[in-house]
Parts: sequence; C-alpha cells; structure tokens
Amino acid sequence: MTTLDTTPEEATAESHGEYHQDMSFQPKANRIGLWLFIVSETFLFGAFLSARWFSTGTLKPEELNQALALLLTIVLLVSSISAYLAETSIKYDHRRNFVLFIVFTIVMGLIFMGGVTIEIKEALHAYPPETPYGTSYFMLIGLHAFHVITGLLALTMVLILGLKGHYGSKQYWGVEGVVKYWHFVDLAWVIIYPTLYLF
Amino acid sequence: MKYLVRAFVLGIVGYAVGVGLTMAIRGGGPTDEVAVVIGYIFALMGWLGGIGGIEAFGRQWVGKSVEVSTARGWRRYFQFSVDHKVIGIQYGVTLLSVLLIGGIAAMIMRVELASPGVGIVDLDDFNKIVSMHGILMVAVAVAGIIGAFGNYIIPIQIGAQDMAFPRLNAIGFWLVPPVAIALLMSPLLGAFNAGWTSYAPLSVTNESGQILFNMAIVTFGMSSILGGINIITTVITMRAPGMTWGRLPIFTWAGLATSVLAFAVTQFFAAAVILITMDRVAGTSFFQPDVGSALLYEHIFWFYSHPAVYIMVLPGFGVILEIVTTFSRKPLFAYKAVVASLFAIVGLSVVVWAHHMFTSGMANFLHGPFMIITEAISIPTGVIFLGILGTLWQGRLWFRTPLVIAFGWLFNFTIGGITGIFLADVATDIHLHDTYFVVAHFHYTIVGGSIFALIAAVFYWFPKITGRMYNEKAGSIFGVWLTVFFNLTFIPLFWAGMNGMNRRIGDYPDAFEGANKFASVSALILGASFLLFVGNLLYSALWGPKVGPNPWNARTLEWLIPSPPPEHNFTSQPVVIGSPYAYGVKGSVHAYFPDANEGDDPGDGSAQNQETVLA
Repeated sequence: MTTLDTTPEEATAESHGEYHQDMSFQPKANRIGLWLFIVSETFLFGAFLSARWFSTGTLKPEELNQALALLLTIVLLVSSISAYLAETSIKYDHRRNFVLFIVFTIVMGLIFMGGVTIEIKEALHAYPPETPYGTSYFMLIGLHAFHVITGLLALTMVLILGLKGHYGSKQYWGVEGVVKYWHFVDLAWVIIYPTLYLF
Repeated sequence: MKYLVRAFVLGIVGYAVGVGLTMAIRGGGPTDEVAVVIGYIFALMGWLGGIGGIEAFGRQWVGKSVEVSTARGWRRYFQFSVDHKVIGIQYGVTLLSVLLIGGIAAMIMRVELASPGVGIVDLDDFNKIVSMHGILMVAVAVAGIIGAFGNYIIPIQIGAQDMAFPRLNAIGFWLVPPVAIALLMSPLLGAFNAGWTSYAPLSVTNESGQILFNMAIVTFGMSSILGGINIITTVITMRAPGMTWGRLPIFTWAGLATSVLAFAVTQFFAAAVILITMDRVAGTSFFQPDVGSALLYEHIFWFYSHPAVYIMVLPGFGVILEIVTTFSRKPLFAYKAVVASLFAIVGLSVVVWAHHMFTSGMANFLHGPFMIITEAISIPTGVIFLGILGTLWQGRLWFRTPLVIAFGWLFNFTIGGITGIFLADVATDIHLHDTYFVVAHFHYTIVGGSIFALIAAVFYWFPKITGRMYNEKAGSIFGVWLTVFFNLTFIPLFWAGMNGMNRRIGDYPDAFEGANKFASVSALILGASFLLFVGNLLYSALWGPKVGPNPWNARTLEWLIPSPPPEHNFTSQPVVIGSPYAYGVKGSVHAYFPDANEGDDPGDGSAQNQETVLA
C-alpha cells in the first residue's frame, strides 16, 4: 500500500516510470460519469413511476395531506437553490457563505425528512401498503427518501471537508458532484409529487 | 490475502450485525426474510469495505488521502487492484468458473431428461437446478466478454493507461463474488424455483431462497451499471491523440454500444426484483392477484431482459469482427455500416420487449407493433453479418483456433437468428411459446452468439494476456468438438419443441424419448470438451511457448505493446494516424510511438515473430 496525496487516478499514472498520460481529461470524465449516473438513476425512478401508472393509473385516496405535501415540495425546491448558491460560493472562494448555504440545505433536507415521517405515519393508517394506492405510495416515497438520506449524508461529508478547508476555487469537484446529485433528488420529487398527489 | 480475509470477516460480521439488529427491533427469527435482506446489505458493505473500499474510498470521505494497492505478482489478483488488466483477469477467471458450475447444473438436467419419468432428481429440485443454471449462465453471458475483455482490451485499444475511474472499476468487480456466494448459498434457504425469469406471483410465494436471488440480482445490476458508465466515460475522454471515432477498433465500438445498453436498462431487472422483495417483506401488493398485476412484472422484467440478450451478443459481434478481419487479412468490410448497425440494435432492442408476452394476456393491439419492430432488428443484425461475410469473402483465411470458433459462431448464430423469426411472429409463437423450441433458439443465440465469442476471445487474446501461446492443435480440436456437439445437442430439441414438449419440466411424454436421449448423450460429450479447454489454458499459461508482442500480426494498439503488457500499458504516448484494419494496404500504419527511445521495442513484433507472420 502506498499513501497518496493525489487521487489514485492521478497517482496510478504518476507512480510508474517516465511516461504518464496527460490527466487533463479527469474533470471532464468526472462530469460525464456523474451525468451518466444521474441518467441511470432516472431510469430506475422511471421503472417505479411506470409501475405506479401501470397498476393504479391516477387513482388516489381522499385522505391525502395536500397541504403538507405542498409545503415539503417548497422546502425541497428552496434547498436546491441554496445548494446551488453553496456551489457558486465555493467557486469564488466565499467560504463563509459556502458553509452557511450548505448548512441551510442540510436543515431543509432534515425538515423534508421530518415531514415525510409524518406523512408515512398518516399513510400507514389511511392507506397501508396492502392497498393499491399504498403499494405505489410506499415504494416511491421509500425510494425517494432513501435518495434524500444518501444526499444528506453526502452533504454532511462535504460540509465537514469544507470546514477543514478541502475546497476552494481551484478544487470544488466534491461540492459540485454532491450538489448536482441533490438537484437530481429534488427533480425526482418534482415528478413524484404530482404523480402521487395531483393527477 | 490479508484483505480477502478481512473482507470475509467483515462480511460475516456485517451479516450478523444486520440480522441481530433486525431481530432486536422487530423480533422474529434469523431466517426471516427481512432479517436476511438487512443482513445481506450489511454484509455487502462489510465485504466491500474489507476488500479495500476503506482505503480506496472511506479515507477520502473523511478528508484523508486514499491508498491503492501496488502489489505485484499473483497476490494482486486477490486484492482491491485498480489496474484494469488485473480486473479483467479477475472477471475472466471468476466468470469462467461460474460457467463451469452452471455447466455442471446443465449436465444434471440432461441426465434427468435422458428418459421420461422422475430420474435422479425430483421435479421440484429439477426446477431449482434449472433456475440456478439459468441465472449463472445469464451472468456469464452478460458480463463474460465485457467484464473480462472489455476491461482488459478496451483501454489498451484506445491508447489509454487505465479506465477513467479505476477505483469504481475495482468496486464493480468486487461486487461479483457476493453475487456468486448469495446464489450458491440460496439452497440453505430452500433455493429458488421460479426460473431465472422469476415470474410473479410464484416468486412472491416460493421459498426464501428467492430473497437471496433478488439481492444477488440487485448487486450484479450495480456492477453492470458501474462498469457501463466507466467504459462509456473512458472511451469518450481517454482516447489517444489521433484516435478519432472513425478509427476506433470495432471491439471498442461494440463494447461502447453494450455499455450504453447496460447502464440504461439494467435498473429494470433490479426494479422488478425489488418490487418482488417489497411484496415479500414490506407487505406491498404489486403482484398479488387481487390488487396488483403479474403482467406488471413481465413488462418491467422484459424491459431489461430483452435488451440483455443484446448486452450478451453485441460484444460477441465485436470479438468476431475483430477476429475475422485479423485472420482473413483484409480490411473490415462496411466498417461504418457495422457501427451504425450496432447502435441501431441498441435503439431497437429497448422497444421490443413485449414479444416475450404474446401469450401472457396483454392487450391484443400490442401484438402487431411488437412483432414488426422485433423483426426489424434482423435488418441491422443482417448488416453486421454482411460485414463479417464481406470481410471473409476472398480473404486469405488463416485457420487458427479463434477463426475456427468464429466459423462455429457464424453457423450457430445464423440458426439462432432464423429460428428467432418464428418466435417473433405472433401466429407461430402462440404455438411454440414455452416449448423446447424456445430453449433451443435461445441457446443458439446466447451460447452460439455470446459464449462462443467469449471462448474465441479467450483464444485470440490468450497470448497477449499471458505472454504464452496455447496449444494450437488442442485448441482447434476443441473448437470443432464444441461446435459439432453443441449442434447435436440442440438440433433435436427444435423438433421436440415443435411437437409440443414443454420447457422447465423434468418429465415429458414418452414420444420425445429418442430426441432427448440423443440430446443428453451429445450434451455430456459437449460438457466433456471443456476439460480439454481448461486443461489447454492452464497448461499453456504455465508452460506454453513464449510469444512476442504480435503473434497474429494484427494491427490494433494492444498488439503493439509487449505480451503481457507492462503495468501502465504504454511506455510512451501512442499516436494514431490511420485505420486499424487497413490490412494489405501498402504503407498504411495504425499507430506509432513518436517519443519511443532507440532501445525500446518498437512493438510491431517484426523482430520476434518472423515464424508466425503472414505475408
């Protein structure tokens, strides 16, 4: 094992001999890889969304808590804006703003998760998983909540590393990647929300 | 080995923790399906961390620098190595082992089917063996070529030192052993008897082994998706100077097309088995007959599993095209049309899935469109065949083992393709559905199209990977043996199927005994041929004669570097200046090394290989 200060992608090229490939492709490769991952995730959500449309169409129960769902949608969309502002801040080395916006985003995400917990509690009584609507509801909410949780963990990681001073205007790929993922999680909700609540 | 031991320990600890937590929170026994699911997830995380994920990823997450293995020699094959060549060999050896295990299952099935009535296994066990054979072989066909040779060859063919995401590549491979372990452990929980297709509602109500099957599929799916993303990114961003899209070797094109499919549809199989898992452990009712719909499962499942057959054969096309052009010493015929056809297949393959469901009770108006689009796939496939035949036409054929097997491939896949038309056609499919005609057809396409290509690729790149030549005589005999007895095994099954013999059942009417006896005897001889294959590879890898960089006098970049390739593939930057397939064109050069030192081997093999070079 060797300890490396650079990423292993660079290190494998450096550790060996006189010639190493030009590594200028790496930022581009990171972006392409992330976008492919997001497309791939979109198809996964697509599979579950089409399961909902196939088996229950637009069927929905009376007891849905519309006010709470709308509130949560707003919370999540606002968190997307703050995530974007955090990314922009670190791009211009505004570290204080970066930390503030990331914290704000995490708080919004936690509020969202709290709201989802309330929703799930209500749903367990009103339309449990055995019912046709409940089946799709719990699947989609569960899948999305899983992504919110992983997104929150990633944001926390970015926050801690940011506080340690790992990011700056020259090196913010970690922030960019996590923020893009967070946008994706919000976008998924923008599709799931009308599918479950509106139509 | 330290890391492998740690992976096993953390995996087992993770499983125990997961099961323990579940039992503590909700009660119940250790073999409850919820406990198994949670245990598996924890075990998987423990395994990945233990094998090297802690050093390669975990340290980065807490802001420390990452560590990667720099081991040399045989040890690196048991480690979290980020070298794409090591990972390719890891994939190849693992999947060839899985192929042999799946083959043993096939032999048991053929012995049982040698005579009507219940023989060596009872009917439920027969279903479990069929399911195990199915999923193991599907795994080999899906990942065999693209996992082993896609990882090993594609970065070299485009002139790169490694993949774009070496650590992700390693994770992709280390996700595979848990798949094999979960599948092979499933008999402890009663195995799974719903076939590799796992149709609901049987897969919702059968024994708990099904849950391990589901977990294995999700894990394997993650591996496929990560691998696909990695290959696409690598080919887009890491090509050497001058390696334009029009000069990309055809195997790389095929690998790219495969990866596009793999990263876009694999989720659907995962989604289908996740829905089954939810029905089993979370009380949802996607596939319960009264509330949900079994048709939903078939739609989601086939949305992956039809494109999956192209994930299996597209890299096969790439291998065969590569071999045919090398061994007929002619430029690849209709290169651009072949590339376009590869991507036409990618596009068409995702809109034909419901031709598996003509007898399932879906809406009748869907039958016509799906029939026509399915049959339209034969157009790009035909163009690729034309490319192969046009390359062979008036070539100077050099009959070495890869070409022998490529001819077997050509014959088999032609039969597989033609019989496919009968199954795509609604009228004939309603008669042939779920008979041995289907079994014979897909063995002709998948074994004939993917496994034959995998074996041809093993022989073609064997000297490059090991630096030693396999035994040519044993290889050719194996190639002919394999082709002849493969055909003798499956031709009778077309007849049996047309006359109404049902698939997936360990018993059949007496009228089919003759055909089945014939097929069983042929299958056993076919199975025995693999002893020669494995023996040849093992012996030659250790004691075969050494070869130079370019025993086939081929022109793509992997043949311009020493055999086996050095750790980072190239000792100086390759520059591409021409087509890789301009065989026989005077003065044509594919690539050269402008910065190479005087003493370096120029790598064209001219010095070492006079005896094997053709004029």
